[in-house]
Amino acid sequence: MGRTDRPENAAPPEIFYNEEEARKYTENSRMVNIQTQLTERALELLALPDDGEPKLLLDLGCGSGLSGETLTDRGHIWMGLDISPAMLEVASDREVEGDLCLHDLGHGLPIRPGSIDGAISISAVQWLCNADTSANEPRRRLRRFFESLYACLSKGARAVLQVYPANTDQAAMMTNAAMRAGFSGGLVVDFPHSTRAKKYFLVLMVGGTAALPQAKGLDGGEPDEEGQQEVYVGHRKTKRRKGGHGDKASQRDWIVRKKQQQRTRGYTSVKPDSKYTGRKRKDRF
Amino acid sequence: MRLLCHNMLQCHIKGVVNGYPLKIEAEKVETRETDYEPDFLRHIFPRIQWDALREAAAAMGVDDLPESVSEEMLEDESFLKQFHHALLEVHLEQGALVCPETGRKFVVSDGIPNLLLREDEC
Repeated sequence: MGRTDRPENAAPPEIFYNEEEARKYTENSRMVNIQTQLTERALELLALPDDGEPKLLLDLGCGSGLSGETLTDRGHIWMGLDISPAMLEVASDREVEGDLCLHDLGHGLPIRPGSIDGAISISAVQWLCNADTSANEPRRRLRRFFESLYACLSKGARAVLQVYPANTDQAAMMTNAAMRAGFSGGLVVDFPHSTRAKKYFLVLMVGGTAALPQAKGLDGGEPDEEGQQEVYVGHRKTKRRKGGHGDKASQRDWIVRKKQQQRTRGYTSVKPDSKYTGRKRKDRF
Repeated sequence: MRLLCHNMLQCHIKGVVNGYPLKIEAEKVETRETDYEPDFLRHIFPRIQWDALREAAAAMGVDDLPESVSEEMLEDESFLKQFHHALLEVHLEQGALVCPETGRKFVVSDGIPNLLLREDEC
């Protein structure tokens, strides 16, 4: 990305990617190069069968269609989804080959089950971790996205999502959401030792048992690459509010209900309910 | 938007069960020639919902598709050409896609369907 501030912190994607930003993606040759390289690497990780047959692919967050052009060059047919009208307008002006749809990935993909041979996404999915409006709940949006992605891929297909996670918590949140939707696979980190060239690829497989592909740029003398790729789930740091109103029984009910709600939202660190739930510690503690 | 895309799209409003196929209300249809690739057509054929394609093609003014199809017809060059034309060459430029269950209209302008949902739909 080369810039210190993350665009994810600037504005929601449909606002951030305005006409000006969209123009950059076609006029700035450096951006074009990066996009092309990322797409080529994503295609490599996608590992489509080498039978010369054109495949039907999805480009999630296709933007101005730069990655789509690489797909067309390889002879594939593709459909692109993006939330920014300005970027799609640029794509349609450039007469890209694929079909374009204006769509929010967090609403779930509008695609029929089992119909797609593979999906790629370049620098888009981390936007789902944003809570731009009160209605945007990142965990719920990620869940809907990954569940619908899992459904629309055909058996044995893969999805390769290149992401820029803000921190390890965010990487873990995305990976966990994908695993919970039923995918196997995980995070492949290219050039893990370089701050600038470091790239995260979420490689997801439907019903496959294939090993995770090898990351690039794992320089010699670093045998413990597993450790490099591992993602740590951080502890939650939200402050706990002091007990509410009402009697003991209703307090406990409230706690149990809250915990259940968090479980359904996909939090993993929720403690099981027991007879100690909602009890006060002894004073002498 | 090509009919290949239409054939894969379904309504994704929360709670909708029969969101397929989306009905086409065509206002402007364009035909653009593309490379004929029989390999892709044979590959994608098993996944195409033929009735939906036929209905959609009829709504776009292409009504020469046969009523029922079988794998053997994929050997027939003239059928493949028809299939190719309907699937990849006819573009919906202006119009709307209508969800069969809720009747919600997704507007298509300049060939791009707007599939954004309102807050109460997602």
